[in-house]
Amino acid sequence: MAGKGKQDMVCDNCGEAGAVVHFTQVVNNETKTSHLCERCATEKGLQTKIPSTNLLLADFLAKMGGDEPLSPGGPQEELTCPFCGLSTADFKEVGRLGCPQCYSTFEEYLRGLLRRIHGGTQHVGKVYLPPDPSASEKEKRLEALRRTLVRAIDSEDFERAAELRDQIRTLEPAS
Amino acid sequence: MDDLATIPDYGLGWLDASGPSSDIVLSTRVRLARNLQGHAFGPRSRVNDREAVLSLVRSVIEKSSHLSGASLWELAKVSPRTQKILLERRLVSEDLLGGKKGVPPRGAAVLLSTKDPTSVMVNEEDHLRLQSLLSGLRLQDAWGLVDRLEEELGNELPLAYHHEFGFLTSCPTNVGTGLRASVLMHLPGLVLTKEIGQVLKGLNQVGLTFRGLYGEGSEVVGNFFQVSNQTTLGKAEEDLVGHLDQIVRQVIQYEEHARHVLLKEAPAVTEDKIWRAYGLLRYARSLSFEELINLLSGVRLGSSLKLLPNLRVYTLNKIMIYSQTAHLEQAAGRDLPLPECDAHRASFVRRILAREGVVTSDGESSPESP
Repeated sequence: MAGKGKQDMVCDNCGEAGAVVHFTQVVNNETKTSHLCERCATEKGLQTKIPSTNLLLADFLAKMGGDEPLSPGGPQEELTCPFCGLSTADFKEVGRLGCPQCYSTFEEYLRGLLRRIHGGTQHVGKVYLPPDPSASEKEKRLEALRRTLVRAIDSEDFERAAELRDQIRTLEPAS
Repeated sequence: MDDLATIPDYGLGWLDASGPSSDIVLSTRVRLARNLQGHAFGPRSRVNDREAVLSLVRSVIEKSSHLSGASLWELAKVSPRTQKILLERRLVSEDLLGGKKGVPPRGAAVLLSTKDPTSVMVNEEDHLRLQSLLSGLRLQDAWGLVDRLEEELGNELPLAYHHEFGFLTSCPTNVGTGLRASVLMHLPGLVLTKEIGQVLKGLNQVGLTFRGLYGEGSEVVGNFFQVSNQTTLGKAEEDLVGHLDQIVRQVIQYEEHARHVLLKEAPAVTEDKIWRAYGLLRYARSLSFEELINLLSGVRLGSSLKLLPNLRVYTLNKIMIYSQTAHLEQAAGRDLPLPECDAHRASFVRRILAREGVVTSDGESSPESP
């Protein structure tokens, strides 16, 4: 069919910039196609660049941690987890750690990566109490429980508050 | 072994649309990722790791009063159709069923509580993925349910925890709290008024993310969006949940405003769109699932705007779940190859609407009205 190729079109809305978004709507069986430039399309709420959810996580992670040396020794040094055998190259390829031990093996590298992903590295929130806890582990857990208790009372969740109070009592050193 | 009748509401309690704002928010889900010390994570685990994890979970069920009576199903021993039904009910993930291979790895299991709408995927990407699923917008309640379940499991199991990084997970995007809270929203007003782009951009700016109906990597269909927190480390669970709650409430307001604008500015077009969708669902002889979801979106909008009176959100939720392929196959008692499956879907929808959703064209509902 003769006519202007899509690449030569001018935006229907502003008539200035080149149209890059071609949007077809079917309303009451009538087809209407609009040709818009990037800016007008964005203004009309048409997403020209839909944030890709298919982006390979591994690529994403590799890019995020990319300029961070993989170990204190420098980018050349290849680390391998003594427990599960995951290497830095493996991690870059799959974007997943192999086992809990990996977090110690790649600690320095991960700190940089986690900062980029989450904006920090320090966990705030539930504190896990191992089966045979030390005094400081108990104290951390108590702090977290007390924080949660205050919130439960603020939000008038008294059932939850009572449960938390019981948990706090069992952990508090007898006075 | 795979009798869904033992699970409260067959894992579908959220369909009843009893939760707040349930015409816009279909469901709330909170999941927690946890791993056990001394075993490789899912993708790197060997059969003995997975079996050890599974047997530890089994021993907790025996000890815990909270979990007494819970069903623990090893997926490889469950029929392929039931596997797919669990997937369609969002109780297991595609990965847990073996992903592209389609055969669940040994040790892959799902724990279904008999007391509340919680479940645990065992030996997925993380050893444990706890989840709760509720109707409407109920983030605090959903968090409370998984929190309690986690206490129950954490008291007995040696969890992988780091003093700085928190709960350790296979993927560094989940580390810390391991918490992902997500809310499934229906936002046709924002899509039709073309404000959705701005809203989605706004979500990204405040640390939230969105996905399609079926989670990670899935496309947005029928104007259904899953909105969830993006980061898991550095904020307390209550703050993550509270922040999402606050933003979702704002999005609900935007959506309500957009619907108001549609009714005011383009009442004829809006009504036509809704009635066309209803007409097709009521009389079509063949429906693909994608077409169905798009039509349900129009009808859902009509129900919410009271343009289709007496058509309940519960009926629409039910259609959405029961018209998925494995559910139709279960009802038919056999596999349904493609053209036949679409015909079964259309017939199922016609039947449900004839029974629960008859609305006459002048907007009056026939069965209940005088």
